[in-house]
Amino acid sequence: MNIQSCVEVRNEWDIVKARQSGRNIAKELGFGTVDQARITTAISELARNIYLYAGKGEVTIERTEAGSKLGLKIIAADSGPGIKDIRRVMEDGFTTSGGLGAGLPGVKRLMDEFTIDSKENEGTNITAIKWLR
Amino acid sequence: MDDRDLQYEKYKSILENYLEEQSEQTLYKGQQFSRKMIEQQISPEEAVSLHVSVLEELFPDLPEPLKNSYDFLLEMMIGYGFAYREHQSLRNRQQQLESEIEVAANMQQTLLAGKKPEVDNLDIGAISKPAQKMNGDYYHFVQDENDCVSVAIADIIGKGIPAALCMSMIKYAMDSAPEQRMQPGAVLENLNRVVEQNVDPNMFITMFYGLYDSRVHSFYYAGAGHEPGFFYDSEKDQFEELFTKGLVLGVSKKTSYREYQRVLNGNDMVIMLSDGVTECRSSQGFIERDEIVAMIRKYIHLSAQEIVDSVYKELERLQEFELRDDFTLLILRRKV
Repeated sequence: MNIQSCVEVRNEWDIVKARQSGRNIAKELGFGTVDQARITTAISELARNIYLYAGKGEVTIERTEAGSKLGLKIIAADSGPGIKDIRRVMEDGFTTSGGLGAGLPGVKRLMDEFTIDSKENEGTNITAIKWLR
Repeated sequence: MDDRDLQYEKYKSILENYLEEQSEQTLYKGQQFSRKMIEQQISPEEAVSLHVSVLEELFPDLPEPLKNSYDFLLEMMIGYGFAYREHQSLRNRQQQLESEIEVAANMQQTLLAGKKPEVDNLDIGAISKPAQKMNGDYYHFVQDENDCVSVAIADIIGKGIPAALCMSMIKYAMDSAPEQRMQPGAVLENLNRVVEQNVDPNMFITMFYGLYDSRVHSFYYAGAGHEPGFFYDSEKDQFEELFTKGLVLGVSKKTSYREYQRVLNGNDMVIMLSDGVTECRSSQGFIERDEIVAMIRKYIHLSAQEIVDSVYKELERLQEFELRDDFTLLILRRKV
């Protein structure tokens, strides 16, 4: 089984598209409703960051495996301005999109694994995984 | 059965009870259950999900629109879960910061806790209590081989960590100019220069510096805008103000500090304090300097250390155990 979906993010509608394909894949993999909602929220936040700060980018959602574990992987990539101080955006209370509790630390807590890679003026690449329990 | 199943069964039984009979007692049980859930860090979306799954078991024929509305509610609660987790993480961070401050405060204590000098003909009492964790008052004694004792008391305007950082600088500046120790005016001039050059312009430091030479029983002193101390003349049984003229440290580059001198006879005392002592506030308003004098007089038969401890305890009680400013009180008394 090879499930993968790639959504290009350019406007707010694309955020909804990314959410939709994330939810479909999460359902297919057998995630419960709470985890489905968490995954979708994480995708939503990441896609929104791309839309707001990079203008355009891509959200890829795919099935992933590690040993006997099965999971869902989100990759959010853009070639935008990049993040100057990653430590700072990963701090609680530093909300980029202005919403309460939003931002990257929130996404990190919703998911099981989270890695971020960013270079100023080159772009940002975020990978997050949720494992099926 | 794991924790999750247990939780499910417990919630189900409480909810069933409530649906049967809407009693206050069941609601109370619900409240206790929710407290337990919070303790176990169950997030809001999990709580909603628990409710929905119990509901689906109890009512297998739940109308489709109602079911869908719960999915919607779940989605809404994710946002609250987001905020809830951030709150938890900020709370952990706060605890971590508090313990860091605790360590810093202990370090400050070790840095400042200069040994109280032991001199044959001098009875010394000292107490310094911070209003918050870090002390913005500073006092320091130095005793030399001729039994001369120098004493410094300073108050950094402002409290907490910035004041404490500033204070360690003062301590360092004083330690690094030991040759001036015998000239109170020069000590203050030097410190004024250090503070003026290194400290933020809206931070001020008041200071009183004195030197007791036990060979001639004389106290030499100078002050930089500091709360005036008292001199107790035992023969006349009178308290007088220890007036000094001099600008607060760090205000002006070129300032000089006048030096004064007092001769101490047996049982005479020099009393030094910070404005945390005189700005104590009781329910009747500020405590007057006269009242401080009256308190010292009340305990005058005790040793210098017992006097300062007793005055502190009495003022603490008057303020209902809530210090508003750092508190420092020092007494030097010439023994008979």
